[in-house]
Amino acid sequence: MVRWSEWAGTVAPGFICVTESRQAGRCPGPGEALRKWLVSLPPTLFLLVFFVAPALLMVVASFQQVGDFGGLLPVLENGQSTLSLEAYRFFFGDWIYAEIFLRSFLVAAATTLLCLLLAYPLALLIATGGQQHRDLLVLLVILPLASNFLIRIYAWMIVLGPAELLYSPFAVIVGMVYVHLPFMILPLYTNLESHDPALLEAAQDLGAGAWTRFWRITLPLSLPGVWSGSALVFIPVLGMFAIPELLGGTRDILIGNLIKEQFLDNRDWPLGSALSILLTVAVLLLAWLAAWAGRPRRERA
Amino acid sequence: MALLEIRKVSRRFGNLKALDDVSLSIEAAEFFTLLGPSGCGKTTLLRLIAGFDEPDSGEVLLDAQPLAGIPAEKRPVHTVFQSYALFPHMTVAQNVAFPLQMAGKHTQEIGRRLGEVLEMVHLADKAQQFPNELSGGQKQRVALARALINKPRLLLLDEPLAALDAKLREQITSELIALQRDVGITFVFVTHSQQEALAVSHRVAVMNGGRVEQVGAPEQIYGYPRNRFVADFIGTINLLPVEVRVAGGDALRLVANGLGEIVSTPLAEASAGQRGAYAVRPERVRIFSAGDVCELDNHFQGTVSEHLYLGDVTVYKIALDNGVVLEALLANSASGRTGFLERGAVVGVGWHRSAGVYLRD
Repeated sequence: MVRWSEWAGTVAPGFICVTESRQAGRCPGPGEALRKWLVSLPPTLFLLVFFVAPALLMVVASFQQVGDFGGLLPVLENGQSTLSLEAYRFFFGDWIYAEIFLRSFLVAAATTLLCLLLAYPLALLIATGGQQHRDLLVLLVILPLASNFLIRIYAWMIVLGPAELLYSPFAVIVGMVYVHLPFMILPLYTNLESHDPALLEAAQDLGAGAWTRFWRITLPLSLPGVWSGSALVFIPVLGMFAIPELLGGTRDILIGNLIKEQFLDNRDWPLGSALSILLTVAVLLLAWLAAWAGRPRRERA
Repeated sequence: MALLEIRKVSRRFGNLKALDDVSLSIEAAEFFTLLGPSGCGKTTLLRLIAGFDEPDSGEVLLDAQPLAGIPAEKRPVHTVFQSYALFPHMTVAQNVAFPLQMAGKHTQEIGRRLGEVLEMVHLADKAQQFPNELSGGQKQRVALARALINKPRLLLLDEPLAALDAKLREQITSELIALQRDVGITFVFVTHSQQEALAVSHRVAVMNGGRVEQVGAPEQIYGYPRNRFVADFIGTINLLPVEVRVAGGDALRLVANGLGEIVSTPLAEASAGQRGAYAVRPERVRIFSAGDVCELDNHFQGTVSEHLYLGDVTVYKIALDNGVVLEALLANSASGRTGFLERGAVVGVGWHRSAGVYLRD
């Protein structure tokens, strides 16, 4: 089983410092154990109240039934349980939902791939270029995040509208790639920047030309960065509803839109909850796969 | 014709003359060492030979062919890097086989050569391990195996022992010597450690400030340094300021201020009246009882001012009558401190005329 700390480590090596492995093998004294507890208490409480509890509520909601005027029927009515698999039956009963799921995964995969193709050369350029421009270039990568996400999407409407490209799958992908590109560049850059330049010299010295050096040394060593960046792009894209809503046509709705619709328009909370849970399970499965593929070679052997 | 010819090579980095008109020739199957303090240009020279850098002027020839314009990956020259630079995502076997794959060798041959080479460096049982699972000495041997497997014309070693602890360094040093003898490949070894250089090399080039100060066999470099830098850099040496009184003939007669005449074998060019230094190694200086008749060409009287007991030897500092302090090295006998000289003891010191050298300023 993959531990969460490891997964977090592969997802965001530049942002999260995983100390667990470094401390392995050392036995903490009781004072240290207490201190660790105290330090981790506030975030733990926060996550319990605002993440774990709502998630559990949603699990329950997905088995409840729609009330007469929207909302939910009580779990118990006249001493009888009202829980049912209705929402799940509904989801699996109609191909349209599976189709939207599939479409969402395809859009997420395409976005991830495009981000990777665009980000890799750029990250490599920043990481291997001159030291003096590095910080500036990284800043430029992050800079768009400083302005509001919706405003940037509206800007794309202005750009794509006159070109008659708006409200199409193309527009959705463009928006998705644009918004998520920095999250691919940063982990890739962090990874590539940490490569020992002596390795490339050694490879060259031993007879490897430029292409071989890339395929045999740079690329394999950057895979953890590739997995991290891919996870950071793929997962948010799956749940994104604003971009398809603003840039996509009526046929371009994704899971995110579907879920939003259940809660805000159809007032079908059980179905919305069930969709959310199915999405979460799918994302967790993928994250687990990514962590499995991205963990160090030695453990895989 | 030598295997490697370096002709009048210069290389500048901004205002820094990293290499200044360096010429060297290295013979086939030679264990050649570039020795010097950090910043002396030895690594720059190594990188020029490997092909990571090109000289501003001058040329490098391998087997009489100029290397200019040939990229590093096309040169039959492999390097053992100071940091080893093992590929962390490849096993020992994959690391070592890498150069053969690059050379497009057949799988069968790769397997056979791999087995031989891993056997040679005693790593056959580590073939499937990753570099981070190896000790420093093992990594070092993987780096060596990887650089040797495709039989380069020239093996460059960039301070390969610097990262090892003293005990291991000694062991690997002997292994290196044996390895070079067995494979018969020319080694060019870069180090700042004079001990390593003297121990492993057939010939040593002492470098300083981008120039080659002296080239010669270890015993030449050590015994007959050509200038003050070489004398000072290699081992410890007594330096006495002197003036040439008589030059020419079979003996060089020097005068040390307030001490009298020193006789030396004439090695360097000298002319009467010239000023310079007289250099003599501590272990060449003999100590004898003050009253004894001495047959050595050069002998003086002095007082033991300090002694340093080092186990195998004792270092005595002896103040001569003119105030100059000479160091003398005495091997300790098995019988403990017999013959041990206490501070303040008046003794005679002397050495043969061939023991020291005159160095021009």
